[in-house]
Amino acid sequence: MQESSGRDLAVGGFVLLGLLAIAYLSLQIGGLSVGREGGLMLVARFDDIGGLTARSPVRVAGVKVGRVERIDLDEDLRARVILDVDPGLGLSIDTAAAIRTAGLLGDQYIALEPGAEDAYLESGEEFMFTESAWNVDALVGALVHGDATGEDD
Amino acid sequence: MKAVVQILGRRVIEWIASLGQMTVFAGRIVRALMAPPTRGPLIRSALFDSGVLSLALICASGLTVGFVLGLQLYNTLSRFGAEESLGTAVGLSLIRELGPVLTGLLVAGRAGSATTAEIGSMKATEQLDGLRMMAIDPIHFVVMPRAVALTLVMPLLSTVFVLCGIAGAYLIGVELLGLDSGSYLASLENSIRFQEDVLQSLVKSLVFGLLLAWIATWRGFSCAPHAAGVSRATTSTVVTASVCILLADYVLTALWAV
Repeated sequence: MQESSGRDLAVGGFVLLGLLAIAYLSLQIGGLSVGREGGLMLVARFDDIGGLTARSPVRVAGVKVGRVERIDLDEDLRARVILDVDPGLGLSIDTAAAIRTAGLLGDQYIALEPGAEDAYLESGEEFMFTESAWNVDALVGALVHGDATGEDD
Repeated sequence: MKAVVQILGRRVIEWIASLGQMTVFAGRIVRALMAPPTRGPLIRSALFDSGVLSLALICASGLTVGFVLGLQLYNTLSRFGAEESLGTAVGLSLIRELGPVLTGLLVAGRAGSATTAEIGSMKATEQLDGLRMMAIDPIHFVVMPRAVALTLVMPLLSTVFVLCGIAGAYLIGVELLGLDSGSYLASLENSIRFQEDVLQSLVKSLVFGLLLAWIATWRGFSCAPHAAGVSRATTSTVVTASVCILLADYVLTALWAV
């Protein structure tokens, strides 16, 4: 009986350890959200999202405040990006969303630049101002050939 | 010539017949699962044998694999100046592939072989017949608890293996090679997704557990009832289960990518 109860304890501990490991892997590393209060869902439309992917970070002044929930195309064939942002921030309605790159070749993220209006963005609303990703090809082209609008005219 | 073809034909027929017997056997395990009593103490005892006793092996192997991954990938990534992606590379390879597969192979070698040998020697010493004499179904009393334990143990051990590997690569990358701890963890957490990666890992290890439980108990149950038969069945369990796990891994990876 003594031996059996010690073994049961070991089995219980083992199963608990395994379940904790699965929970840690799913919730912390895998980013699964269970029962979490839904964040603020905001829509941003871009002409070019570059290398942005779902789960890319959303930052204000470099501080991570959310992530990209979903990316799809809208009716006009522009990229529609759904952002999941911390609801306690109080982003004004003239906040701008820009796609930026961490480092020269690093991952891309969305930088939010808060505006000056008193009214705040509500869930489901859309950003008024957006700035697409920098296209390296276009940038190099402009450098090599000079700005197309400047010389030929 | 005719004799050779005849031997070939007999082999194929035997092979197909054994597949059929294995399927019937699996059906009997499932039926035993549903029939009362639930055999709780026996399942716990089998969980102890194949789970708790495998834990040290899994942790040590996971750490070592993590060390090696940390060193190898750091060297490769630093050629491109991309050491910051070490967390991504380690996490993806461990969670998607190495965790479930290596855990499957290790558990097949440690607990699968033991299960076959145990059931096989029970058969060789006529203990299974003894149970039948007492109107106790050996599948319900001996096979089912061990099959349940082998199946359940696999996802738990695989996840422990993955976390040990991530910790091992952390020790090498951050503590030894001086990578920034924040960038290792951030690149890990940013690139791993639940549905593509973690769920794939769990489903894979569960399938490997089912395969191993099926093969190990069948080999023991169907072995020739003498010492040589038991040893042959034990070897066969490790070989068959390993090959099946690797094949199933390819199939599952391909299915997930579709």
